[in-house]
Amino acid sequence: MRRRTVAWAVAVKDLRVERRARVATLQVLPFAAIVMVLFAFALDSTAVVERVAPGLVWLATLFSMLVLVQRQFAVEAADGALDALRVAGVDPAAVFWGKAIALALQLAVLEVLLLGAAVVLYRTELRLDGVVLLVTTWVAATVALATVGTLYGGLAAGTTGRETLLPLLVFPVVAPVLIGATRAVEAALGTVGTPGDGWPWFGLVAVFAVAFGAGGTLAFGPLIDS
Amino acid sequence: MEDAGFIIGSYAVTFAAIAAYAWRVRIRGRRLARRVPDDAKPWV
Amino acid sequence: MQVRSAPQPGTRDTGSRATRTLGLVTLVGIAWLLAFGLGFSPADRDQRESVRILYVHVPSAWLAYLAFVVTAVASGLYLFRKQHSLGWDHLAGASAEVGVLFMAITLVSGSLWGRLTWGEFWQWDARLTTTAFLFVTYVGYLAVRRLGGDHHQRARRSAVVALLAVLEIPLVHWSVRMWRSLHQEATVLSPDGDVKMDGLMLFSLIVGVIVFTLLYAWMVIHRQRTLTLEDVLDDEGLDAAIVERRREAEQPGVGSVAR
Repeated sequence: MRRRTVAWAVAVKDLRVERRARVATLQVLPFAAIVMVLFAFALDSTAVVERVAPGLVWLATLFSMLVLVQRQFAVEAADGALDALRVAGVDPAAVFWGKAIALALQLAVLEVLLLGAAVVLYRTELRLDGVVLLVTTWVAATVALATVGTLYGGLAAGTTGRETLLPLLVFPVVAPVLIGATRAVEAALGTVGTPGDGWPWFGLVAVFAVAFGAGGTLAFGPLIDS
Repeated sequence: MEDAGFIIGSYAVTFAAIAAYAWRVRIRGRRLARRVPDDAKPWV
Repeated sequence: MQVRSAPQPGTRDTGSRATRTLGLVTLVGIAWLLAFGLGFSPADRDQRESVRILYVHVPSAWLAYLAFVVTAVASGLYLFRKQHSLGWDHLAGASAEVGVLFMAITLVSGSLWGRLTWGEFWQWDARLTTTAFLFVTYVGYLAVRRLGGDHHQRARRSAVVALLAVLEIPLVHWSVRMWRSLHQEATVLSPDGDVKMDGLMLFSLIVGVIVFTLLYAWMVIHRQRTLTLEDVLDDEGLDAAIVERRREAEQPGVGSVAR
């Protein structure tokens, strides 16, 4: 089967499983919302919260991504689904892309909702001239997070005893994405600088997305071979 | 020497850590080497 | 391979003539480093005595980076060569462990140096931050090595993680530099010998680099050998278990019989 067809099939399957298990909607979304509220309590200053709102949104996204990946790979592992795919000789790169696409779509929706929460809770205001930067950063960061989460998730998540490994492996990779995405969105919203200033940061995030897209394509197969 | 505490401290931490690690590796090596026949040791 | 558990005559440890010589030379080197670093070399004009910390901090940083390059190269050699020789995997693991040790030393000595020169134990400057990231990355690599499975599964998994980690290094370095350039701190001093060093100071630094290289080599050789021994004993344990199982299966009616 062509790789694209397989990837698409895997993505659809993952989204269907999610619709039934409802991990993202019932577990992760409330978690993300609570995190956003807790930030406000911890920082306890409207001025500070408004200033750091973009960072908080991405931080909440990161935490949610970890929880989401853990829970979804756990659901898979319980059925031995990944093993079954491997034994059946399915191209691991296609499996990687299918899972990454499904994860990316869920993260994308989550991020939009979190941005909405920021508009409500942190009084974030959107600028018209920052929209292009905002949307492109949103896409690039989502791809970066999804590829990294899928890659290391396959290794670390799902099996008991391995879960604490996921944040450890993911952190050094995802922190620069956090840096770049936050700075880019700050520029896009005009809280720090102007939208023009944000493009180098978008570039950084895009490079990560490409690097881990490529890395994941090559590495996913050997990594889950256990 | 001013700030002697920090400077000696840095050297002490550095070499103590190295010594501790080296010690552990050697002890473990000894314990394992005793149980393995020499023909399985590439450096012998 | 025969299964034995009684002590064998012959070598009792992971040493050999080469490592004994290496160890001796290293000890002499350490004495030199202490003599020059703490004694003969002068204080710096700006940093004063705190420059002495750099004679251990800078070498341990360089050797940590070298260690991770060795891990990556050894991982590649394991993965992409047909024999998939486990010796490369052992080298990769040993080098990463020593690298993590050196990186920890780098961070601690750097923070003590910072306390003296900047007044702060920690600064979010590009180099320190990148070092902290790499430290976490390789702690993760060591954790992956302990995930279990057979030797080749472990070797393949860690080799892939090591190569991914090498991919991460320039990306992390780049992003942290961009980040810090936003917050330009006018520090003339940076913990990497951007301070002009000449004469006895430079000599002390070079002695430091040589000594740390010798230390690195000595520790990696011994650690790699213990990793080899661990795998051999693992296999023996497996062989013994198989022998036991076969013995059980041959006895009619005793235990479970494989059909």
